[in-house]
Amino acid sequence: MATGNLTLRPFSIVTKILYDKDTKKAKGVEVLDSETNKTYEYFAKVIFLNASTLNSTWILMNSATDIWDGGLGSSSGELGHNLMDHHFRLGASGRMEGFEDKYYFGRRPTGIYIPRFRNIGNDKRDYLRGFGYQGAASREGWGRNIAEMNIGADFKEALCEPGAWTMGITAFGETLPYHENKVSLDKTKKDKWGLNVLAIDAEIKENELKMRKDMMEDAKEMLENSGLKNVKTFDNGYALGQGIHEMGTARMGLDPKTSVLNKFNQVWDAPNVFVTDGSAMTSAACQNPSLTYMAITARAVDHAFSELKKGNI
Amino acid sequence: MGGTIIGSSIFLEYGCHSNTQQTADFFDKSTTDLLNEIAETILPKTNTPGAKDAKVGEFMNVMVKDCYTKADQDVFKAGIQSLEKGCKLKTGKNFMDCSLEERTSYLSFVDAEQKAYTVAKAVEDPAHYFRMMKELTLLGFFTSEVGATKALRYIETPGSYNGNLPYKKGDRAWA
Repeated sequence: MATGNLTLRPFSIVTKILYDKDTKKAKGVEVLDSETNKTYEYFAKVIFLNASTLNSTWILMNSATDIWDGGLGSSSGELGHNLMDHHFRLGASGRMEGFEDKYYFGRRPTGIYIPRFRNIGNDKRDYLRGFGYQGAASREGWGRNIAEMNIGADFKEALCEPGAWTMGITAFGETLPYHENKVSLDKTKKDKWGLNVLAIDAEIKENELKMRKDMMEDAKEMLENSGLKNVKTFDNGYALGQGIHEMGTARMGLDPKTSVLNKFNQVWDAPNVFVTDGSAMTSAACQNPSLTYMAITARAVDHAFSELKKGNI
Repeated sequence: MGGTIIGSSIFLEYGCHSNTQQTADFFDKSTTDLLNEIAETILPKTNTPGAKDAKVGEFMNVMVKDCYTKADQDVFKAGIQSLEKGCKLKTGKNFMDCSLEERTSYLSFVDAEQKAYTVAKAVEDPAHYFRMMKELTLLGFFTSEVGATKALRYIETPGSYNGNLPYKKGDRAWA
């Protein structure tokens, strides 16, 4: 901002990418001011479309519809498809005896992490891919149940001291990219600016359901073998999206017939448009994905810069 | 208490909206005083402040008004009557006229009843009114300023983390 080369424009809803059918490239974006409802056009040589997974795809679907019914990038038939997330909300927890003379100070900035160990090397399961665990140990607080006490001074004093050590781990599993897990423009529902909202149609399938059995049972087995007592499993159910790690819907690939973006995140049908957020992902793995988006973005920026210098875009 | 606190999802998502003026409409002053004394019996002043110091009666007012469903509100209101009536039967006195010993002994009896009911009840059955009172007392007290800073230990900005420190019996838990 200090250089004067950057302008931040708040209250801006990008409604579409402006596509030039003569040059077969994008020339800019159309912006709707969310406060005044006026529209503006902005022009650029290169566009990085990073509106977050679902919104990047929404913008593509609204762009160049005079040429492709399904929007910019839809010629592959994959725009809006292969929506993924991480499935979780299950694991196990238990109580560790002893260590009553140990406590901690401050707010722990991290937990423990167990990387993927299933379906690796000689380990073969009846499902594809795998999962990791996140977890933590702590001493119980005032919300714990003290079976032998009811109310009164002793009860209060007991709750003012830390309770037993407990440890819990929660599994995060990979969801496969299914073509039929998709988002599309909902032609019947509009938001307050008159824009069609996205309809989401997605679910986990047999592969994830099989994996979830291991995710829960392995947690129990590990905690029990670590010496925890009274280990209990939990499965609070899961619907696609609850992991808020939405990925896919404008995937990268090597073939314009099966992917929306090329290997440098350029839209096959408009090579000066780069999409480098979660929508570009081809598979979800089981790790938190943001660092991957950053790495992919850095690589795409480097490529855009050199292509621009060469005059290719 | 283990498990989810009744009404907590609404409390956590939306917070409470009432000001003191409005809560006075839900439970009158004498009922609020009674709730404070019930709370104080559950978590009394020892060498640290008790529930009354944290105004847990007023806290219950807000929580029951803003965060309980109509059905739970009715259970809670009927519970106040039932507690008063039971106390009269057991001790021959109104709860407010009882000594601390009498109150403690009576509420211990009610809490035992509550525990037995909670274990036996079907999922769709309402919670016991005294479980509501006890949960709200613990939540209100231990998350209050006096509860967190005087009964428990509280440091707003610890600045560092140490996962392995010696602990001796009697040291207070972190808020």
